[in-house]
Amino acid sequence: MEKPSASLWRKIGARYNIIGSECKTCGAKHFPPRIVCRKCGRETKMVDKKFTGNGEVVSFTKIMVPPDMFKDEAPYIVGIIALDEGPKVEGHIIDNGKAIEIGTKVRAVFRTMYVDGDEGPIYYHYKFEPV
Amino acid sequence: MTMRDVAVVGVGLSKFGERWDSGLKELMAEAGVAALEDASITSNDVEMIFGGTMASGSFTGQEHIAALMSDQLGFKNIPAVRIENACASGGSALRLGYMAVASGIHDIVVVGGVEKMTDVPSAEAGTALGGAGDQEWELFQGITFPGLYAMMAKRHMHEYKTTEEMLAGVAVKNHANAYLNKYAQFHKKLTIEEVLNSKMVSDPLKLFDCSPISDGAAALVLAPLEVAKKYNDTPIKILASEQASDTLRLAERESLTGIKATSLAAEKAYKRAKVKANDIKLAEVHDCFTIAEIMAMEDLGFYEKGKAGKAVLDGETALNGKISINTSGGLKGCGHPVGATGVKQAVEVVWQLRGEAGNRQVNGAEIGLTHNVGGSGATAVVHIFGRSN
Repeated sequence: MEKPSASLWRKIGARYNIIGSECKTCGAKHFPPRIVCRKCGRETKMVDKKFTGNGEVVSFTKIMVPPDMFKDEAPYIVGIIALDEGPKVEGHIIDNGKAIEIGTKVRAVFRTMYVDGDEGPIYYHYKFEPV
Repeated sequence: MTMRDVAVVGVGLSKFGERWDSGLKELMAEAGVAALEDASITSNDVEMIFGGTMASGSFTGQEHIAALMSDQLGFKNIPAVRIENACASGGSALRLGYMAVASGIHDIVVVGGVEKMTDVPSAEAGTALGGAGDQEWELFQGITFPGLYAMMAKRHMHEYKTTEEMLAGVAVKNHANAYLNKYAQFHKKLTIEEVLNSKMVSDPLKLFDCSPISDGAAALVLAPLEVAKKYNDTPIKILASEQASDTLRLAERESLTGIKATSLAAEKAYKRAKVKANDIKLAEVHDCFTIAEIMAMEDLGFYEKGKAGKAVLDGETALNGKISINTSGGLKGCGHPVGATGVKQAVEVVWQLRGEAGNRQVNGAEIGLTHNVGGSGATAVVHIFGRSN
């Protein structure tokens, strides 16, 4: 087991359900969630905001040389997705047989990210797939 | 408050590379003693040291690096502060050293940078370097640093028709320069085909698009310009020392095809130094990946957006081309011991401006620029140097 599970647990709202935040002062939407709005700084009034997970590929790459914890997954495709609501977010893009290009429309799906050995937790996460 | 002019009066470098023979202490001493000798000062003359290192703890278990530098160089109980700013640790340390002298608080300040990276397996080194990005959202999802720069490259290629050959051209040029630098990690010339045929790391970036894992150290001695001649016949004046930051996450930035922190720092630096981008004929830029050099050429204002790649293939940035970029070999050819890099860039520019760069000398070099980036662009530091006479 590499990581204590609390570091996963406290992020599950965002990682499982794509809950980010919205600043009621300026209307800016943030994913992942932020406490302080980059535009408003101290004047932030942040509330939770659920995102649809629908978006478009801004860029992507296939990772051939992974970090140790992803060595059983490689190669895998990651990308930067512009969510329909505005924020850009990084994530895995699943190969579901459809072409992945810049501009490809994607939607979020719930998947296993990786399994931490025989005793550690299973890390779940949103991933994206072409629609 | 009036600021004093600051000069570099001593420079030193360790040999860069896979230094199985040397640990942190030996590397620091190699560079540090060379810099003190170059400035004709003793260990007793130094008033403060700023030490740049990114992840010495992850690479070697050793933290508290600046006090260790002071200790190993025989400095006498002086204040010592470590600077960690990812791959821009060295450049950031230089800026603080500059501020310490410019402010009048200290006269003789040493700026050191070091990284000992080859004592851990390369996957472990990659994880340590990943700490420069956002742990929770980038590294957690297995997005490596080559992966982040690959996404910038792919977008740059999409928007500006930049090609894999143009990226390869950066590696070929920098290896050609490194071939002339005895301190460089690599003394092996590359061809475009060799780069294109090297192993894919994260498309479109291949192994030879990436800077290596390296060991090395670099050091500078700073002094007030008004007394600089006492230490060195050819003091090099720091004309500007500027820095900017941006979001840690690449996805959150305004653009993937450039580094905004670089443009912001450069704009301030040109203003401070009272020079224009096209006055610069010599620059050490942060080519951690080949695409990073192309973006730097554009963000620093040397080329219009989308035009830098072609300039590389046309030889405009080769040694004594229109603008000589990365005469040391850059991070790609000379090596990238991350904490040392920003300081090493300054060492190279000082040698060039003094006319001491030997067979890689840029003819008539009067002004030089260094550009040091942290992470995927959350930090950028730009310095401009000039001959003071």
